[in-house]
Amino acid sequence: MSQAMAAMPTAAAPPRRRASETGDRIFEMLCRGAGILVLLLLGAIIAGLFIGGWDAFRTFGLGFVTSTEWDPVQEVFGAGVSVYGTLLTAVLAIILAVPMAFGVAFFLTELAPAWLRRPVGTAVELLAAIPSIIFGMWGFFVIVPIMAQYVQPAVIDTAGELPLVGLLFQGPPFGTGLFTAALILAIMILPFIAATMRDVFEQVPPVYKESAYGLGATTWEVMRGVVIPHTRISVVGGIMLGLGRALGETMAVTFVIGNANRITPSLFAPGNTIASLVALEFGESELGSLKLSALLALGFILFVISFVVLALSRWLLRSRLRA
Amino acid sequence: MSATTIPGPRKDPAAAARLGARRRRADLLLRGFGFAATLLGLVFLVSILATLFWLGLGALNLTVFTKVTAPPGSEGGLLNAIVGSLVQVGIGTAVGTPIGMLVGTYLAEYARGSALGNAVRFVSDILLSAPSILIGLFVYQIMVVPFGGFSGWAGSVALAIIVIPIVVRTTEDMLSLVPNTLREAVIGLGAPKWKMVTLVCWRAAMSGIITGILLALARVAGETAPLLFTSLGNNGWNIDLARPYPSLPLAIYAYAGSPYEDWIALAWTGALIITLGVLGLNILARSVFRQK
Repeated sequence: MSQAMAAMPTAAAPPRRRASETGDRIFEMLCRGAGILVLLLLGAIIAGLFIGGWDAFRTFGLGFVTSTEWDPVQEVFGAGVSVYGTLLTAVLAIILAVPMAFGVAFFLTELAPAWLRRPVGTAVELLAAIPSIIFGMWGFFVIVPIMAQYVQPAVIDTAGELPLVGLLFQGPPFGTGLFTAALILAIMILPFIAATMRDVFEQVPPVYKESAYGLGATTWEVMRGVVIPHTRISVVGGIMLGLGRALGETMAVTFVIGNANRITPSLFAPGNTIASLVALEFGESELGSLKLSALLALGFILFVISFVVLALSRWLLRSRLRA
Repeated sequence: MSATTIPGPRKDPAAAARLGARRRRADLLLRGFGFAATLLGLVFLVSILATLFWLGLGALNLTVFTKVTAPPGSEGGLLNAIVGSLVQVGIGTAVGTPIGMLVGTYLAEYARGSALGNAVRFVSDILLSAPSILIGLFVYQIMVVPFGGFSGWAGSVALAIIVIPIVVRTTEDMLSLVPNTLREAVIGLGAPKWKMVTLVCWRAAMSGIITGILLALARVAGETAPLLFTSLGNNGWNIDLARPYPSLPLAIYAYAGSPYEDWIALAWTGALIITLGVLGLNILARSVFRQK
């Protein structure tokens, strides 16, 4: 097209327009190139982890995902324990964090006086900004002693005596372990879930709420009967976003989970997660070793799990994202 | 009051009162829960900050900023770790920001509704929440293994990859707030589109984009996991980016897990410095955005 224009025998205007067209084309190419770079980046991360873990996948087959052995001396590796730890701590963290996040969002949207909303909202968001390693240190030096001295002995002596349920709360009170890791994770993802809930609660048209109040509903009834049904899907999306964060959290978990490679029914027992295992064992694995390959394969599994969760979260939040 | 009557406001005042009392009780209970949950969340924040000040202020003195890390027992500081963090975070942000801005611009100005645009937006959002440890593993494979060792460059690249999706998100969000009439006015004056974007849209969205950059800075300043496999950490003074590179989060991680009292104290001081820096950047970002 530009050639045809150049061929046209007009005076000053066409060359100038052509110059700007070139600039436009270069700029658009730059922008699109950067976009494609991001696409390639994700592809390269997936491919890189898979290729790196290929040795382990080939050696142990599909059993790698479920095998609970992790023996660097015999060179037998399995992802079972860390996959179990990852899923258990993340789900437990969600169970602990969701009611609290709902409470915070309820307070910030319906209960707090207007002058209090901004400072409290900012404080909750600042909690999200604190680096993961700080949560780890705080958890290890503050929460773990509290768990070991007060919480765990009390729970083990009471709930631990119950039939069946008691199995969840047995063993010595180390303070560290799966439950403590889940608790720290819950505190870390609380602000993310609370912020999403607050944002979607605020999008409920005031007319809906006013009509419910007009019928004589209490604040809680407006919440339960109007706000939650109206925002249900986005709320689940926010919860999935929190789950995605909890799955891959590394430093905080490494400090408090106790790092043991076995599965016991007790929630107070030490365990590990994919991220904590990789962080701890990486330094002791040589280049080209089967162990390094197994760690990269673990990374690939973690990526697949978080990809599914995050993609689901985005799909559920799509109406909010479009707005 | 017989069993056949339906409880309701007019027919049975006693039942109505009971129902009303129950509804009020439920309301009060849930209000109390909301208040308690918020209070508990704030208690966590205050407890973390109080712990940091309590344990971190003790070892905070000038030597922390003037001496490099040293063996336990001898007076050491965190100078090399602080400088290493600043350099890597600086390079990571300087590399990641322009890429992120271009991608955000592509999404907001060129690719609204296109399939490629939707794919890029989706992938960028996945990267935004993807575990940072995996980015470390990835950079280990593409930079540490081929170039024969841990390096500050690798650490900087890992941080840049974390910066990109944060800047993409804020750039796109802020550009989509720029009114279309502004764009039409610029095009109507005969300006090419790239001038419209760079001279008008970017400028209109500048405070929001700066907020995003500051938030990205705050996020990567505290990142530890991706640096474990890329820059590794360094106990000596080193500003050669081709060698293992020190950083504050890695020094904190190494010291906090050590059995030495003075190292643990220094870890708390480092933790205090990094948290104050990160929270300061966050508050700065908010005030930049609010000024607009």
